[in-house]
Amino acid sequence: MEERSSKHLVLILAREFASNLATPMMLTDEEGTLIFFNEAAEPVIGGTLAEAGEMPFAEWMGRAASRTTDSELLPLERRPAAIALYERRAAHERFVFTALDGAEREVSVTAFPLFAHADEFVGVVAIFWGE
Amino acid sequence: MRVTIWGCRGSVPTPGRDTIRYGGNTSCVEVALGDGTVVVLDAGTGIRALGDDLQRRSIRRIHLLLTHLHLDHLEGLRFFAPMWDAEVELEIWGPPSPLVALRDRIARAFSPPLFPIDLAHVPAQVTFHDTPREPWSIGGAALRAGFVVHPGPTVGYRIESRGATFAYIPDHEPALAGVIHGRSRDWVSGGSIAAGADVVLHDAQYFEDEYPSRVGWGHSSVTDAVAFAKAVDARRLVLFHHDPGHDDASLEALEARARAVAGTNGLAPPALAREGMVLELA
Repeated sequence: MEERSSKHLVLILAREFASNLATPMMLTDEEGTLIFFNEAAEPVIGGTLAEAGEMPFAEWMGRAASRTTDSELLPLERRPAAIALYERRAAHERFVFTALDGAEREVSVTAFPLFAHADEFVGVVAIFWGE
Repeated sequence: MRVTIWGCRGSVPTPGRDTIRYGGNTSCVEVALGDGTVVVLDAGTGIRALGDDLQRRSIRRIHLLLTHLHLDHLEGLRFFAPMWDAEVELEIWGPPSPLVALRDRIARAFSPPLFPIDLAHVPAQVTFHDTPREPWSIGGAALRAGFVVHPGPTVGYRIESRGATFAYIPDHEPALAGVIHGRSRDWVSGGSIAAGADVVLHDAQYFEDEYPSRVGWGHSSVTDAVAFAKAVDARRLVLFHHDPGHDDASLEALEARARAVAGTNGLAPPALAREGMVLELA
């Protein structure tokens, strides 16, 4: 049977949920590929979804260079989305990152893994909090 | 692949003179594969007559694929003659649930006060399988199950055999996951199940003006059914899960509406499912 490209239903529903939220939210698939962020997230991320397109994990992590609020490099293992992706647990952190438009923004991010079943990890949700 | 419809009514059986042309039995579809394998989709009340037919044909091995366990897709199983034949091997497939095994969920329908005989005492050799996440094979066909938008764990099925593809998504509300028209197929619920299918048998329970008061019930308006078929590039749409409140004349108006919405671009004119309908897929 030919492989059919399609997002998991949980991701489809998460996208629709995000689309109706005023809270900035982004979504990755099970490999960490950035697949969606809502309109509320555009001012934080510094671009639109159409401009950004789907982006592999290494690429968007690399572009969004992050530092602590004390200007120290924030290692990957402390970044909430990476923790949710690799350790499959929720995480929260406040940090400064370089957005797609080149601006530096201080944000609080909460990320958590999405499981369709107990043993079926399908992606990550990251939510950006303002002050 | 030969597809026969034994029941296409949604929600509750509706026997009577107003439903004679399209039938009042709830969901059940037989798929006969080229190698003689019999696959049955859902166990609504239509499965009772199918069971009698399978017994007459001396079919002793049957694969029953359940999309979900709402009663209109399960209630006929207790009266499925092969269940009561010790020589029959019945393989039941259904969507996994995070909490309760498929067998245990089905067993509820075979227990007091709903039914007098426990599932453990059914004579047939019944085995239960969660639908796999990856494609699998039955007989000469390749199958895929995928979760779709409907309350509770619910899957649609894709069956490919000898170059033909049949998609079965009888209970589905893809509009609940966003506007269908204009969205890329990989973001449409059920998109991978129905992509490019020769025939997609899909929920079309409501007229457009009925849908707003039923959003979230898990079913589609006729326009959303057409939009879905177009979004997945299906060649033919068969309208399924007829509302119990729709008599034959209402259903024919619904079919006319589907054809008007579908237009003439790509998709064949949508047709109503009816009991006894046979679809030959080359």
